[in-house]
Amino acid sequence: MSKLHLIIKREYLAKVRNKSFVIMTFLSPFLMVGMIVLISYLTKLNDNEKRVIAVLNESDFFSNEFITSESTSFVKFRDMSLEQAKDSTMNMGYYGLVYLPNESNLETVSQRSFFYSKEAPSTNTLERLERIFKERLKQERLREFGISASEYAEMDSEYELNISTFDGEHNLKGINEIKAIIGGGFGYLIMMFIIIYGGFVMRSVIEEKTSRIIEVIISSVKPFQLMLGKIIGTSLAGITQFGIWIISGCVLLLVSMSIFNIDPSDISKGGMGPGMGNAPNSILESADSSLLLYAQEILDIPWVLLILFFVIYFVLGYLIYSSIYAAIGAAVDNETDTQQFIFPIILPLMLAIYVGFFSVFSNPHGPIAVGFSLFPLTSPIVMMMRLPGGIGEGGVPVWQLVSSILILIITFIGIVWLAAKIYRVGILMYGKKPSYKELVKWLKY
Amino acid sequence: MNHILVANKVSKKYGGHTALQNVSIEIPKNSIYGLLGPNGAGKTTLIRIINQISFPDQGEVFFEGEPLKSEHISQIGYLPEERGLYKSMKVGEQALYLAQLKGLSKNDAKQRLKYWFERLEIGDWWNKKIQELSKGMAQKIQFIVTVLHEPKLLIFDEPFSGFDPINANIIKDEILKLKESGTSIIFSTHRMESVEELCEYIALIHRSEKILDGKLSEIKEAYKKNIFKVDVGTSSPNELLDQLKGNFKILDAVSAGNQLDFSVQLPGGNSSDLLSFLGSKGNIKNFTETIPSANEIFIRTIENKSFANE
Repeated sequence: MSKLHLIIKREYLAKVRNKSFVIMTFLSPFLMVGMIVLISYLTKLNDNEKRVIAVLNESDFFSNEFITSESTSFVKFRDMSLEQAKDSTMNMGYYGLVYLPNESNLETVSQRSFFYSKEAPSTNTLERLERIFKERLKQERLREFGISASEYAEMDSEYELNISTFDGEHNLKGINEIKAIIGGGFGYLIMMFIIIYGGFVMRSVIEEKTSRIIEVIISSVKPFQLMLGKIIGTSLAGITQFGIWIISGCVLLLVSMSIFNIDPSDISKGGMGPGMGNAPNSILESADSSLLLYAQEILDIPWVLLILFFVIYFVLGYLIYSSIYAAIGAAVDNETDTQQFIFPIILPLMLAIYVGFFSVFSNPHGPIAVGFSLFPLTSPIVMMMRLPGGIGEGGVPVWQLVSSILILIITFIGIVWLAAKIYRVGILMYGKKPSYKELVKWLKY
Repeated sequence: MNHILVANKVSKKYGGHTALQNVSIEIPKNSIYGLLGPNGAGKTTLIRIINQISFPDQGEVFFEGEPLKSEHISQIGYLPEERGLYKSMKVGEQALYLAQLKGLSKNDAKQRLKYWFERLEIGDWWNKKIQELSKGMAQKIQFIVTVLHEPKLLIFDEPFSGFDPINANIIKDEILKLKESGTSIIFSTHRMESVEELCEYIALIHRSEKILDGKLSEIKEAYKKNIFKVDVGTSSPNELLDQLKGNFKILDAVSAGNQLDFSVQLPGGNSSDLLSFLGSKGNIKNFTETIPSANEIFIRTIENKSFANE
């Protein structure tokens, strides 16, 4: 068995046998699924709360507009003063009171109407009430202009501009965002993996330094072999952990969904804005018909290529960052000293994610998106966000992809070389709290 | 080929700091070679170069006549001064891992480990974690791991630190046995009494330079000052002392009752004049040449060197 193989095996076993690692591996899916179930359960619970609102209508312009719905019911008060109505609303424990005064025209009624409540009313309720008034005002205007409701409905037609590329390929609105979200998922995965397992590599190096085994080991193997073995072993452990998380997470989610009888779409509905749930049926229907097109588009994403490039960007990006982590681990004596070096590593990762979400989403081929997908410390994440749009015509130009990977490979070689140098010197240095200046000096040793 | 290892004018710089300056040493086969020097003199740098942990800027190192290369790693065993083991790894697994890194097969490593574990009476530690062991116990494991692959050259840097006197003796005996079985040993330490006991050859490194090397007995011979320590029984010690002072260079003397103890420096180490003089005056109880200890040589050489530099 080669030495590298031995080191990888040891690092892998040391990691997966570690108690906290085992606990995290098996506990995290429960925690995550538990969170999702809890959130969707709470969302459901929230929706189930029914509000009762009293209506004191003294005007002649409103009669049947306040219709009881699933979440709100209206109780009509008659023949009492405003003060009495307020008292009764409070006594009955209703959510609030809508007061419509008696005025000569609808505009004035609307302007002088009030909503009384104990606490500031929820935006949901307010919007609901406001919509009733708006609808009534609109009807009144239509009547004044002499337009019937059906005529108005015809006037208010939906329109969307068809979009297409020059070679006639049809695009769907919003598909760029969906694609960017898929790419963003890959990018986010890369970032999380780098931060979690890069940190593991660093701690493992520090452990070897503090336990003073390092000199024993490097009298048998080259420091570079040890560093590489450590990075590969740790990432294999990470892939194992991610695999377990994904599989057990999916299984748990399905099981708990069926137990608690939760429809996954509830969650997405809950996450949307308050108005969305009440969207008119017509829009929902048109969404249904275009859903097929979206599904088609998503299937059309070059998945094989996407996964291939994910592997390339993942491996190169992870190797670059984890070798920096290893060098940091070698440079310090304990974890508290690492802070000043960690921040500059996290920075490009964060930048990549935010630039990705803000600028790649709106324009996947804009100058910022292109720039960050070429810059080696951000390209693994940003390029992954652009790639679901395809490669070549209409997608990422081939030259950008090729040069992005080339730059990444060159950077990879350069960074690993530098990191290995710092690592080689650092692992044998004890009791020094290194500065950046010191690290530069080590490069010349 | 008489030398296991030859270093030829080895220099090493770290930034602006010179760690080694033209150091040449020759380590004879099947001997214990003491590498001495104050802290920070460059011993560890030299040892790391021999272990190919770092590489010389200038000069070359030969192992059994061949330029040192990575294949020689499996022929060298190294017990560093800064040593330790993986704390949360089991003893057996850890020893197997380290042995395999030195090129042993798993089966060979297992058999030899069993042998050593029995020999040092630590058979039941196999499944214990290092963090459960005492420091001395961990040091025993460390020693075994160092010698397990039966290297031709062993390098011990302060091997006795962390051992109680009993275990230090056990390890000392093991080192001597290894030497008898044909291993060459480099021994780096500050503890001069163990140098005296173990080393045939020494090299003294001071401020990055080798300032003394050779066979310990020859160095002592060269460093002796022809001083003799004499105890004489006589009825009148003070009279005798006065007479002696007229004829010989007496360094110091103590008289008590019927005895005179003194040390004397004799030119050319010629003791016959003094012996015949004393023979008629009293009863010689003790007459020995004072050979300088390794410790004295160490201190004297370094002090001389420091004066010479200033």
